[in-house]
Order: sequence, then structure tokens, then C-alpha cells
Amino acid sequence: MASYVVNTKEQREKMLAEAGIDEQSFYASIPQDVKLQRPLNLPKGKSELEVLRHMKHLASLNTVYDVVLRGAGSESHFIPAVVRQLSAREEFVTAYTPYQAELSQGILQSIFEYQSSICAITGMDACNASVYDGASAVAEAVNMTGDRKRTVALLPKSIHPETLETVKTYTQWLPITVKEVEIKDGKVDVESLKSLLTQETACLVLQQPNYFGILEDVEGLAKLAHEAGAKVIVSANPMTLGVLKTPREQGADIAVGEAQPLGLPMSFGGPYLGYMATTTDMVRRLPGRIVGQTKDLDGKRAFVLTLQAREQHIRREKASSSICSNQAHCALTAGMYLAAMGPQGLKDVATHCTSKAHYLFNQLSTLGFKLRYDSSFFHEFVTDGPLSSHKVEDVLSSHGILSGLPLDETGILWCVTETSTKNDLDRVVSILKEVLA
Amino acid sequence: MSKLIFELSSVGRRCSELPPLDVELIEFDEALTRQSTPSIPEVAEVDLVRHYMELSRQAFGVDNGFYPLGSCTMKYNPKINEETSSLAGFAQIHPLQPESTVNGALQSMDELSSALCEVTGMDAFTLQPSAGAHGEFTGLLLIHAYHQHRNDLKRTKVLVPDSAHGTNPASAAMAGYSVISVPSNDKGGVDVDALKSALSDEVAALMLTNPNTLGLFDPNILEISRLVHEAGGLVYYDGANLNAIMGIARPGDMGFDVVHLNLHKTFSTPHGGGGPGSGPVGVKSCLIPFLPKGTLHPTEKKLTVSSEFPIGRMRSFYGNFLTNIRALTYILSLGGEGLKEASENAVLNANYMMAKLSDLYPVAYVGPCMHEFVVSCQKLKDETGITAKDVSKALLDYGIHPPTMYFPNIVHEALMIEPTETESKETLDRAIDVLREIHALAYSNPQVLLDAPKTMPIKRVDDVLAARHPILKYTPEGAQ
Amino acid sequence: MENTFFTASHEWVKFLDDNHAEVGITDYAQHALGDIVYVNLPEAGDKVMEASRFGDVESVKAVSDLISPISGTVVETNDVLVNTPEKLNEDAMGTWILKVEGNFDRTGLLTKKQYETLLAQGH
Repeated sequence: MASYVVNTKEQREKMLAEAGIDEQSFYASIPQDVKLQRPLNLPKGKSELEVLRHMKHLASLNTVYDVVLRGAGSESHFIPAVVRQLSAREEFVTAYTPYQAELSQGILQSIFEYQSSICAITGMDACNASVYDGASAVAEAVNMTGDRKRTVALLPKSIHPETLETVKTYTQWLPITVKEVEIKDGKVDVESLKSLLTQETACLVLQQPNYFGILEDVEGLAKLAHEAGAKVIVSANPMTLGVLKTPREQGADIAVGEAQPLGLPMSFGGPYLGYMATTTDMVRRLPGRIVGQTKDLDGKRAFVLTLQAREQHIRREKASSSICSNQAHCALTAGMYLAAMGPQGLKDVATHCTSKAHYLFNQLSTLGFKLRYDSSFFHEFVTDGPLSSHKVEDVLSSHGILSGLPLDETGILWCVTETSTKNDLDRVVSILKEVLA
Repeated sequence: MSKLIFELSSVGRRCSELPPLDVELIEFDEALTRQSTPSIPEVAEVDLVRHYMELSRQAFGVDNGFYPLGSCTMKYNPKINEETSSLAGFAQIHPLQPESTVNGALQSMDELSSALCEVTGMDAFTLQPSAGAHGEFTGLLLIHAYHQHRNDLKRTKVLVPDSAHGTNPASAAMAGYSVISVPSNDKGGVDVDALKSALSDEVAALMLTNPNTLGLFDPNILEISRLVHEAGGLVYYDGANLNAIMGIARPGDMGFDVVHLNLHKTFSTPHGGGGPGSGPVGVKSCLIPFLPKGTLHPTEKKLTVSSEFPIGRMRSFYGNFLTNIRALTYILSLGGEGLKEASENAVLNANYMMAKLSDLYPVAYVGPCMHEFVVSCQKLKDETGITAKDVSKALLDYGIHPPTMYFPNIVHEALMIEPTETESKETLDRAIDVLREIHALAYSNPQVLLDAPKTMPIKRVDDVLAARHPILKYTPEGAQ
Repeated sequence: MENTFFTASHEWVKFLDDNHAEVGITDYAQHALGDIVYVNLPEAGDKVMEASRFGDVESVKAVSDLISPISGTVVETNDVLVNTPEKLNEDAMGTWILKVEGNFDRTGLLTKKQYETLLAQGH
């Protein structure tokens, strides 16, 4: 059994004696009928070897696939060894929030660098130190845009369903109403959007690429939203920004998204990384922590948590969000990943993903799989085909391949990343070909 | 002064590269693609490594030294947790894999939920909230759903003690409630008379932490929860201070209906420089029907089966799974006995420090403390001009992380000290000696303290400048 | 300064005529706040209400609500405060925050003497 308590029984007795304190007094203020009168009913503590055995056993009950063709909010990407090794340094892992600036310049600088890199890829002026994940980032962004007159948030049915659910959850008791925009051919239906835009619209949320992997006409839709006086929130997959136009160039007022593709393993859903970036005039509406540059008493450049008067520990119930922490270590990792890949590397990743996705689709189409939506896609796409989606999933699974996500009876949402080789993709096709024969 | 990584950048340098593209290249036309190169760093691997190594030398973790940050429970982060959470079977599984292929994940979540139920005396847990504040928001949404479901629509207020952490009222506001502050009595506990007058059929809940933010256990807790229940409200437990009472008392037995825990505090998961944490929420059975989607169903033990009337979902997928794995590892290592031992020693260490410091640093509330205690530097300030902030900055030069400053706001010039159980007597003795020395210097040579810190990479920062003229990202012109 | 009145929450209002006034914070307020880093203001055209919050002032570690001494419509907010909020620290009495128009009710406002008495009593 471990407990990591350092002092021995003798040392503890010494401490009690030295300090002149009576152990009985410690819990005296706890009423008897509140005190637990029995030991905790938990298995006895295990030694490290036994713990490892137990956890390895649990891990072995999960299937780790050789080839992953599923995305939908969680992607399998190459993570450079240097990123894994460096981010594991104990100073980064075991440090607290950098409230004591003099002691934490390393942490603060790493976040400032992360903020800067996110601004660079999104085209924005300012970025916060991150929030829990992409879905809650969208919810927080929606919250940034509401005011007394504008209380409606427009969310298309082409964004990730879990994002839509999260926004509705966050806003359910706030004076913001969520209205859903219809889709056509897997993209936002412009007529539906036009009918919903009014003087009461606070924001339009767009996901790029959208849930179905399709590229929306963000520029065109943003123009419509701006004409109605609404703000535009673009939830962009940061990996795609190595190739695609920045959210800023497309007209976004706020750029948010899930940054898990930037160096974080799939992790069964978490911890992930929600990024939030915006324009200069909306900076003070950003929730959460922000690192800023300043000087110290000697005029040296220094970094510090700033604009804290937005946050809960100062504004309490008047804060726009209760968020206290950031996903610091995940942001550190994402910053390292972007630095390790560099602009060319990020472009290569995006290029590989989209090229391989199109290759897979082309090969699948020779088997009779068709695109469900006649729209341009990036690295995810939806097919309908001669086999049921669950049949495809089962067959490929037995070969160590995680297929695209079954959306319904026939629909499959595929995702291809740089981790799949041409051989892997050819194997998928030949396996399915055999089933069809 | 360290260079920013952008200042180390040199066009054309590469670190990590992909293999050559083995399929036909797909390109998009100009209308869709970015025309400018993003200004992210171009560095070689060796320079990347040296850069982050230098940053790591300007960080201070529990692995570097003593960290008596009140309310944060900076206990040792066991390395075994890092090993188990990086097993491929946990780290490399997709959240949307068929459920039959992730039985290990489901079982881990179940084991953790059950253990947390036992430790807290609650009936079910959701592991989805990703931090304490996220857990609070979840808990308040559960409370709101509960009252809605009973058609009790008058309850628009939540009571919060004036000593509470800022996330409490902020979360209540997000859940659509107006916040009423309840004053503390002269022992730092809830003023029961004030509570009685604040209660009505408009109150949805009382939020409380016990021990409270002063490190004191409120002996009136059973009466408090009874009063709230009689008035038709629910009682919410902020679990930030659970490290004081594991195996000793349980919030479920004190009358709390919903609790959140901070796994990055009580259950040893590392702070990571500010996150990720994990804030699971435990409930009594009356709230089970409202648990968010993405919760392991308490009886069906599946993620694909949701509760009857879920409040929605708090985020994508199931929460900070790998962080939760670390907490499970910790609980397995300690077992019931170890958790109790941890709490008992946390309380011992705090009382030991308090006993040896209270002659110089007046304790805010006299009497035995739990796992943390609050001292006031007001007298020091009045007599020498040295503030809690000055004391904190001086500690930096001794290689000790300062305690929490200026919280709770009901104590002037507060320093909240929480040593935790994972510190030796020698470490505590040294910290005590240092604090006593600083106190002496305040009277004999205050300038030394005002000039602190002197041995850090930088001196005190100009945070007014940072807030008035925010520079929030790198630009070549702004970097100086 | 007989046209200048005060509130217990440390704002001042200066009546330019029966229907136009300027609003600001007192020297006591700026001192209590410390270095002011930002001022959150309403927009021209917004209504303000007596004894209600119309904005706030931020220092590094605190936020303080601005309570309106009068009811009316905001005509102008002081642009200077956008980039140089420190002007409030330098010259609180001489730096207006809002220009308001309306039919003002002066009852409930404190005279300079009454305000100074309040301060002396330690409020």
C-alpha cells in the first residue's frame, strides 16, 4: 500500500509532542453522527507491481487499432517523439497555475507562445490560454456574443451534434436561445439561414470543415450574418489551417475549435483542448485565463496572467463564465507540436490527410460506395454503400482496422489522416471487396 | 531573459517531417486556401529541445519543492499514474469505438465511480466535468433540472457563503440563478441565523464546502442541511477540501445532495501548470435521472445509455479520461486505509505548522484546523508595512512556493497554508524557520523583503501595464 | 461647484443645466480602486437609472460597479478612458465618464459637505 505519507509513526508522535497538540482535537469538531464509524469499503491498497498489473489488464480489454479511419471530433495523428518526451518534463507536469509570475516564467512563456501560434494559424489578434474542449469553446463563444438586444444563436445542423448539445446545455438558463439552421447537401442551407437572420441574432456558428467533412461557404455565410449585425463564430479544425484559409480571412469574429489534433492522443475523449481566439475589440469578452507580455521592475520582458478582472475569482457571479482553469499542459503540448511541425509540417499533415481521404474515397467508389453529399470535402466524408455500415465496421474491425463512424443504416463518416499508408487504404478496399464477392 | 521560440526561428529549418506522400496530391484552389505562411516557428529539433528545457528551468512544480498552496492540495503526483495513463490501451483508443471494444475503459470508469461513491457517500457519479468549476456548473444544472421536473418554478436563488471560492457564485449565475451571499459567524462557519432568514421557497440550493475555505469543519452541518431540505432546497458540496476528511467523514452522510470533487487536488492528478484537471460530480439517487449524456450509466454500465431526463452534455465525449485513469491508479494504490492515512496526516501537518507559526502570524480563527489554516498579515502590515504579498515574494528566494494569498476575502492580508500529507517533518521545519525569519526581517530590515524576489529570472512584474496595454501574442515589433 | 453632487457609492454628478449632466467618480473611489486598468461603459443612446449599475471600473485585482446618480439617456461616453483609464487616477474629479440628458431628480443626492461628512465617518 502506498500513501506517499513521508513521516513514520515515531516522527508523527514527535511532531505532536513538539507542537504540543493533541491528536484527538483534530476531528473533535466533527459531530459523532457525521463521523464514519467503519473503514472505507474499498479494496486494500496495492503495491506498484499489483497496480500496474491491474491497470494493464484493464487496458488490454480495450482494442487498439492499427489503422484508424474514424474522426468525428477525435483524430489519430502522428505525434513527434520530441513532443511526447519534452511535455513529460516534471516541471511542466507538476507545476501549479502560474499566479506567481517570478517563479513561473517558463509556464507563462509556453502559454504565450501557444496563444501566439494559435493566432498565427487562425489569423486572429488574441487567444486565451484554452478551455476544456472544442464543444465548450463554442458554447463560451456563443456567450461572448449575446447582449440585451441580440439573444439568438444560430447553429446549423451540420456542426458536430455534441457541440450543438453542449451549446444548448450551456445556454439553457441564460437569455440566449439556440435556433437550428437547416442543411442541404450536407451544408448550411442558405435560404434557411436567410429566413432566420434578424436584428435579434447574436451570432452564427459555423464548423469548418463541418461534421460531415464538407467545406462550407464560410465567407458567403459570414457576409450574410454580418449584414444582419450578427457575429460569426467559426469552429475550425486547426490541423486543416495548414492549408485552408484562416477563419479571420473568411470573416470570423471568433475562431474556436478542438485542438486535440495538435499533438494529443485520442485518449478516449480527454483531456482535450478547446482554443478560443478573437479580434482586438472582443478581447475583453474572452473567458478564462490569458497570458500577456509586460516588463519587470528592471524593464526586462516578462509574462504574466492578465486581464484577470474578467474572471470568476474577481467578478464572482458577474463573471461571464465560471471557468477557472485552462488545459495548460495540453496547450503546452499543442504549442510544442506546432513548433515541431512548423508551417511546412502543418501544411504537409493537412495535405496528406486530404489527399489520402480522397484516395480512399476513390478506391471505395470502385466498390459501389457513393458520396452521400455532393459537396467538396477535406479529410472526412460520408458514404452510402452496398454494405450496411455496421457490417463494414465489423469486418474491418476483425482485421484491426477502425472503420469510419456508422451514422445510420448505410451512412459511414470516414476520416483519413497522415497515419494511414496507401497500403493500409488498399487493404481496406480489398477486405471489403472480398465481402462483396 | 529567455528568447521566445519565434525569435529562434529561421526560415527553412525543420524539426519533424512526414514520409513522402504515397497517393495522388490533392490541392484546393486559391479561393479556399491560405495564401500566406502562418508565422509559427521554424526550428530544428535540438533548438526546440533546448528552448523548452530552458523554460522548464523557469517553472516550479511539486517535484521541485514545497508547495503549501492553500485550497490547491499540492500533494505529490505519483509517477505510476503517468505510466498507467500512457498505456496504449488507454491513450490510443477512440471515444467512438464500438462499446464492445472498450470494456477496459468502461470498467475503469465504473471502478472509479464506485470508489468515489464510497469515499463521498453518494449514490452515483458522472466523470464528465473537466474541472472543479465545470463540476459546479454541472451540479447546479442538476439542481435546476430537479426543481423544474417537480414543477417547483419559484426557486430562483442560490445561497453562497461569503467565504466561498469565486467559481461558486459564477457557476450559479451560469445556471440561471441569482446569488445571495450568506455571512460567516465569528468562528468562520455559516451564520445559522442568517441562513434561516435567507431560506425561503425561492431558494434552490445552498453551496457549501466543509471544511470551509478557512480550513475549519462546520459543526452545525447537520442542522444546516436539515434547514435547507426543510425549506425545499438542495445542498451542494464543493469538494475542494476533501483531503481533510477522507475515511473520516463523508459529504453524503452530512446531508449533501450533490458534490463535485477535484481529482487534481485530492486524488493526486498533476496540475500541469494550470490544467487539465477533472471535476467528477456525485449525486444522491434523486438526481440520477438528470445526469448528463456521456455519463457511464450507473446500472446499465454503458456510455450509450443515457439517464431519463439528462441536463444535456457538458462537453464532448466522457471527460478527461486519462486524468481519471490517474486518479483510479492512486485510489488502487492507497486503498481505504491509505486514503484515511493521507487525510489524517494532511491534518497533522497543517496543525503542526500552525502551532509553530501562530505566535508570529495570527491565525484567522483560533482552534485546531483541518488540512489548511489561514493567517493574517494585517498586524505585520500595520507595524512594518510588509504585506502578505511581500512575505510571499520573499519566500521565492528561499525556494518555497508561496501559500495562497488574499483568499478568502473575509480575512485581511490572508495567507492560506496547506502543506498536505506528502511532506517530511524536515521540510515543514525548514518552511517554519523561513517564515519566522521573514517575520523577523519585516521588523529589522523590511527593505530586503520589499526588494524580493532577487534570485528569480525576473523581478516583480508590472501587472498594471499588462492590463492597460495588453500584448497577448508575439509580433516582431512588440517583442523588444 | 454648487452644481456638483455626490452619492454614497462615490460617484459625482455635475449639472450643466436642468437637463444635462456629467457623471464621474470621486477621488476617494479612485484611491480605493488602485491603478485603474479598464472602464466598462454603456453606449450613447443607452438609458441609465438612478441607483442602478451602468458599468464598472477594473483594477488589476478588483472590479467596482459604477452606480448612476441620476436617470436619463447617455449622450456621450468619455473616449479618453478607452486608452488612458489612468486619467481617473490622475484627476478623478476633473474627468467625466458620462454625459447624460434627462429630467433629473436631485433628491437623494448628497451635497459636497454631506459627502465629506460621510467620508469622515469612515464609509
